[in-house]
Amino acid sequence: MNAGSELLSVEHVSVSLSGRAVLRDVNFKLAPGELCALIGANGSGKTTLLKTILGLVRPQSGAVRMAGASGRVSGMGYVPQKISFDPNLPLRARDVVSLGFDGGRLGLPLPSRERRARVDQMLNAVGATGFAERRLGELSGGQQQRVLIAHALVRRPRLLLLDEPLASLDVRSVAEIVLLLRRLATEYETSVLLSAHDMNALLPVMDRIVYLANGSAVAGKPEEVVRTEVLSRLYGYHIDVVRVHGRVVVIAAEAPDEIHAAIARDPIHTAEVP
Amino acid sequence: MSMFTGIMTNTWIAGTLVAIVAGVVGLFVVIRRAAFAAHVLPLSAFPGAAAASLLGVNSLAGLVTFSGLGVLGITRLERWGRREVATALWLAASLGLGTLLLSMTGQYSQEVYSLLFGEVLGVSRGAMISIAVLSIVAVATVGVLFRPLLLDTVSPELCQAAGASSRRMELAFLGVLALSTAMVLPVVGALMVFSLMVGPASCARALTDEPHMAVLLSIALSLVTVWSAIALSYFSNWPVGFFVGALGALSYAAGRAYRRFVH
Repeated sequence: MNAGSELLSVEHVSVSLSGRAVLRDVNFKLAPGELCALIGANGSGKTTLLKTILGLVRPQSGAVRMAGASGRVSGMGYVPQKISFDPNLPLRARDVVSLGFDGGRLGLPLPSRERRARVDQMLNAVGATGFAERRLGELSGGQQQRVLIAHALVRRPRLLLLDEPLASLDVRSVAEIVLLLRRLATEYETSVLLSAHDMNALLPVMDRIVYLANGSAVAGKPEEVVRTEVLSRLYGYHIDVVRVHGRVVVIAAEAPDEIHAAIARDPIHTAEVP
Repeated sequence: MSMFTGIMTNTWIAGTLVAIVAGVVGLFVVIRRAAFAAHVLPLSAFPGAAAASLLGVNSLAGLVTFSGLGVLGITRLERWGRREVATALWLAASLGLGTLLLSMTGQYSQEVYSLLFGEVLGVSRGAMISIAVLSIVAVATVGVLFRPLLLDTVSPELCQAAGASSRRMELAFLGVLALSTAMVLPVVGALMVFSLMVGPASCARALTDEPHMAVLLSIALSLVTVWSAIALSYFSNWPVGFFVGALGALSYAAGRAYRRFVH
């Protein structure tokens, strides 16, 4: 990636929330059309980092720069962490995508051929045409995720942020959503940054990953980052990256008690290798 | 006197305005799961009318003030995690304060009765103008905020990401709810505001999957409820509150049944 061609630069970002340091000197760049996974255990600061990039959280130091951006949230689409939708809400998948087009605007929406066309096209792009007229709350987790991706992409943002889009999906839906994101990133030249606590399904298709642990991050190509010496330095104690049966397993050799506890709580570190 | 002449003309106009506002605002009450607020506000506004009549000011001013105070109370309670005991005591205290204030005015029992159960036949020309103005303000506010309010209903985070403040949406909505409560209360009564807001709206959201259609259906069902209640009350001499309460419950049940058996 040449200097100057980046879409997003996260420059030495540190964030404290109510006195607690959540992110420390996080530094990485994203090029146009790149697919990037933000990997880390629960509580490692993934959501905070995404919200900082979105402009919803202000960093104590450092900066987030979008190439050519002016407004606070311009040029970004966002899919928040798992939301449970009320099946009693009279709102079709199509309406959700339509709200992505102009949901922030005031006044009653006049019928618009442009909106209709963009919504139809987006529903088609994410494979949601078949359930476009059904209620959001009655769709499966994978279907809802497709609709939310369409909601976030319908304004053609240059950067799409997704917070744990694969959590609570079945294995098949995970594979489908990952492939969908890969295709959309290429087709729409949108950079995609998604967070996940499990890199399982992600490593084979990611251009780069940002690995977060205890608020610090290391970024690079997957094969550069998921290595014993790199992750040991990040965690601050020795860990092993072991490849077993085509999967990557990250194991703490002799971890302090609290680490054992954390790993037991959240067994995150398995990944498939291409 | 026919059902559509004389003093009844004001009744029909006021009833129609009240029904439209309750239909529009009620739909958002139902989909935002704000039934709690819709239940609390009318009862906390009740003493407002009594205080106003004691002070000799417009009763709508008293209702708007007290239901505005109710909004503050609700946001406070939300922060505390909706203490049920505190809420119940507050509502009972409101009703008690209302009856105390009313006992200091001349026509105690008649006033209590009409404020709790509605007095659709007694809408004066002066009250009509206030009702009309409040209706326009309430409906226009929902119209202007329609999309961000809907987005916030789906997910506050999506609303924030679209550049609209979720907190402001909630406050604006509670403000509109307080205004509409103040104007609906004198017509259908403090105990029936909830029925009129929630009954037709929950039926509407069951009948359609499309948000704009849900608003229109909610207005239509609310109009049918109010018009039928007025007509039935006129012919039977039974209180209008009875019919509003019964029809509200009926439309809720119809909506549930449709979802369960037809859909």
